Amino acid sequence: MPSSEFNAANYYKRLVEDRQLTGIRCNVCGQLSPEARPMCAVCRSSDIAWHAFSGRATLSTFTCISVVPDYWGQKGYGRNNPYCSGIVTLEEGPRISARITGVDGSNPQSIRSGMALALDLEDLDPERPSLAFRPA
Amino acid sequence: MATATRKRTLGRQVAIVGAGLSQFGAFPEKDSRDLFVEAFQDMMETMDKPFDIDDIECAYIGNYSSDLFETQGHTAPIVADWLGMTPIPITRIENACASSGSALREGVMAIASGMYDIVLVGGMEKMTNLPTEGVTDVLASAADGLYEVPAGLTFPGIFGAIAKAHMDRYETNLDHLLKVGIKNHNNGALNPKAQFSVTIKDMMERRKARAEQRGQPVPDYRDEMDFLNDQSANPWIAWPLRLYDCAPITDGASCVLLVSAEIAHNFTDRPVALAGFGQASGKPLHDADELTSLSAAKEASRQAYEMAGITADDVDVAEVHDCFTIAEIVASEDLGFFAPGEGPRAVDEGRTALDGDRPINTSGGLKSKGHPVGASGVGQVVEIYHQLRGEAGDRQAKKSKVEVGLTHNVGGTGGTCVVNVLRME
Repeated sequence: MPSSEFNAANYYKRLVEDRQLTGIRCNVCGQLSPEARPMCAVCRSSDIAWHAFSGRATLSTFTCISVVPDYWGQKGYGRNNPYCSGIVTLEEGPRISARITGVDGSNPQSIRSGMALALDLEDLDPERPSLAFRPA
Repeated sequence: MATATRKRTLGRQVAIVGAGLSQFGAFPEKDSRDLFVEAFQDMMETMDKPFDIDDIECAYIGNYSSDLFETQGHTAPIVADWLGMTPIPITRIENACASSGSALREGVMAIASGMYDIVLVGGMEKMTNLPTEGVTDVLASAADGLYEVPAGLTFPGIFGAIAKAHMDRYETNLDHLLKVGIKNHNNGALNPKAQFSVTIKDMMERRKARAEQRGQPVPDYRDEMDFLNDQSANPWIAWPLRLYDCAPITDGASCVLLVSAEIAHNFTDRPVALAGFGQASGKPLHDADELTSLSAAKEASRQAYEMAGITADDVDVAEVHDCFTIAEIVASEDLGFFAPGEGPRAVDEGRTALDGDRPINTSGGLKSKGHPVGASGVGQVVEIYHQLRGEAGDRQAKKSKVEVGLTHNVGGTGGTCVVNVLRME
């Protein structure tokens, strides 16, 4: 069996180079996954293809993080500048973890579950790419 | 019926005949091996009948990350050496914060298989060598490093997102979360082994006293809730979770002695039976069926109830994995103690307090007792062992009958859950 190209390295490479969220689709059962995997977790087929998601989503739940990992601290986030991360539901159905940009992390009450979102590639760090959505 | 859901039974029954806990807290001078020896000595000192340590045939030790916390891998044989137990087989088990829950499971199966009669299981973690940021990074490595961590999600962040989903879906509010913390500290204040053996009210008074000593304005808190709503005393960690919603960073160890049921009375006249156990795996939150529940907890408890032949209503007392206050509320629903969304009301009504009809975390839970992650699962079993034997002292559950106990130990954000049902024979 040939080595699979469906892995996180290629997923983030496509996010950076193609500037779109590219997950996978199972050619056998049709399952979509925003995570690149070498095998379908539903039917276990290896007949997988890349699938470009529209980039439209809604916010399912979120948190505003004040105690931040080193990486985000170096970007200026922290107790006085919390950032928002959450779970988004993609227009195509699956959910994925993402940063939520363009919202005020220090005012969580202003952020609404259910709000419409769009893929945000503005702040993409090619060295350490991170999926982000902003209010549509 | 798929084999995955076939009813499981043990080859032979297993009993717990001894239990030990180190002091939980921050101990700069001690390594994890020293803490494990302390837990072991506590167990030996409290055994009902004398027994020969050399009769222990095998051991399993839960430990999440001595590699990152202490720069020490391969810790199991070190423990065997420190206990003078070489050359018995000893194996370290890693399942994040459920490491010792899973270690106990291995010990049970080692006896049930017929291979061994006497097995030591436990857990240990030495966390305070690293600063808080370093511990946060180590704990985050229990989440999915490819898809959750790059999205900025931390451990408290993922549970914060679960809390927000619970608040959106049900009538859960911030006060419910704080009340879980107050309740667990009330219990922990009665536990001499706890890291924070102090009530939230005591902490509030200490803060006032400190301000007075320093000649600063003394905060005029009406009550504990008022104190907990003070942003400077209880800052946000990952909204809607604050400092007092999070279990602390802890050094500690735990152990229990497992034996085959037929020889249990050689060790004690009051053995505690391991009546049922279950373990299940789950997906990252974004792939989970629900954002307000841990599917692995539901499945692990289903297995444990089935093996023990009981339902959730038969459980008299429970230790659940309150790494965050919301996690206790979600656990109380996943385990079937309360219907989905009813967990917060149960907290309001005091049903989960020491004198409630469904006491949860009589030990103080991870929140107050402390959370040395690899030691927590067996630490819960230690508490239930004492509760069922009626020897938990001031924190003994007040209800008239305490015969069936449960432990619920979560690894990561629900990737692993181990549930045990313990019963006084």
